Amino acid sequence: MKFIDEYRDPQAAARLKREIERITTRPWTIMEICGGQTHAIVKNGIDLLLPENITLLHGPGCPVCVTSVELIDKAVTLASRPDIIFCSFGDMLRVPGTHKDLLSVKAEGGDVRMVYSPLDALKIARENSDRQVVFFGIGFETTAPANVAAILQARQTGLTNFSMLMAIVLVKPAMAALLSDPENRVQAFLAAGHVCAVTGYADYESLAATYHVPMVVTGFEPLDILQGIYMTIAQLEQGRVEVENQYTRAVRREGNLPAIRMIEKALMPVDRKWRGLDMIPASGLGLRPEYIEFDAERRFGLTEYETAESPICISGLILQGRKKPHDCPAFGTDCTPEHPLGATMVSSEGACAAYYRYRRTAIHP
Amino acid sequence: MCLAVPGKLMSIEGDDPLLRTGRVSFGGIIKEVNLSLVPEVIVGDYLLVHAGFAISTIDEEEADRVFALLDEIDEKNEAADNAS
Ligand code: SF4
Repeated sequence: MKFIDEYRDPQAAARLKREIERITTRPWTIMEICGGQTHAIVKNGIDLLLPENITLLHGPGCPVCVTSVELIDKAVTLASRPDIIFCSFGDMLRVPGTHKDLLSVKAEGGDVRMVYSPLDALKIARENSDRQVVFFGIGFETTAPANVAAILQARQTGLTNFSMLMAIVLVKPAMAALLSDPENRVQAFLAAGHVCAVTGYADYESLAATYHVPMVVTGFEPLDILQGIYMTIAQLEQGRVEVENQYTRAVRREGNLPAIRMIEKALMPVDRKWRGLDMIPASGLGLRPEYIEFDAERRFGLTEYETAESPICISGLILQGRKKPHDCPAFGTDCTPEHPLGATMVSSEGACAAYYRYRRTAIHP
Repeated sequence: MCLAVPGKLMSIEGDDPLLRTGRVSFGGIIKEVNLSLVPEVIVGDYLLVHAGFAISTIDEEEADRVFALLDEIDEKNEAADNAS
């Protein structure tokens, strides 16, 4: 496919690999924020291609992995109600909550439906005017405009049986939280290409300067990632701290203005809990008062939940780049994609699932 | 989760800014995509599609940058080799 296949050319990849080797003189630790990139890196063995003194840490950039247990439990509550059709992206169905996941709700007779777009949920709402339809609105800035567009459409067409469990998280506050942690090891970031396609990267410049970390906005194909790593190491080696853009074919510095305006129309920053990272101030998006009628928590009177997570799971440390999946005693034994204990084993973009799928040799005996 | 796939815009339907859709070809597979976030696009453009929405356009001139960088590196290395 055009704009995909050419970025998978093995010869060009080998040239970039040689160049990375040539310019690397010291050990460096780089974090890729986005789970889509983690998946591509592990799948293509990019981390194994790199010089030994380059360490890639896998960041918290998978909305499925960081959605709080509390929100999963709320989703389970809503999906269990007979008057509700609960719609979600497929990845969320097997994420363990305190007691169960959405798939078991479905097995017990709950009306849980997998959708590809919030617009699919809207269509289901139109076709089922006697039922309430709730969409599990997870995602980063990439997905936020789509969620808002669905809400605006619902308002425009007078749909009263549609609401959203708001779970949008923002990447930049999480990067700031990681960088301000005294145990931080991250020296540079590959910034998430598709998040930046929406938000642009002008906002990252102050973050890079404050914490003195280079950032390179990077795409998702193997050549994109290798080039992003090359540009990052070049900055580190030369002592430069800049926000550069590798993914120029899709990302502009100012972002996608209509999409940003769409987000701002209906959403505003709210504090949000992240699975594994706890509460991060202003790290989520919630509905503005003018649109609060579409808030599922409000509509169905959900309040604070007591939650519990598997005591064995170290996915929090993995999401912070402090541990790797095979450091977990349950990895590949008690915890597998079929029976996940933590969210990073569920989504194909979670580090545990990516290592399990493509690195089975690393599993404990 | 933030997966977004490039496809070519084949046709546009509707004029309501929220509801405008396009038929987008992903290597021959055609899907309907909401265009509310990319009001400026025209038929023939390549779009980046995520969760049923086009979130960005692909700049075809910038698309070769990866390869231009490789050539630049090669030239620099050759020049350095010749100089030494
Ligand atoms: S392998 Fe499973 S239990 Fe261990 S950290 Fe990953 S998700 Fe958690």
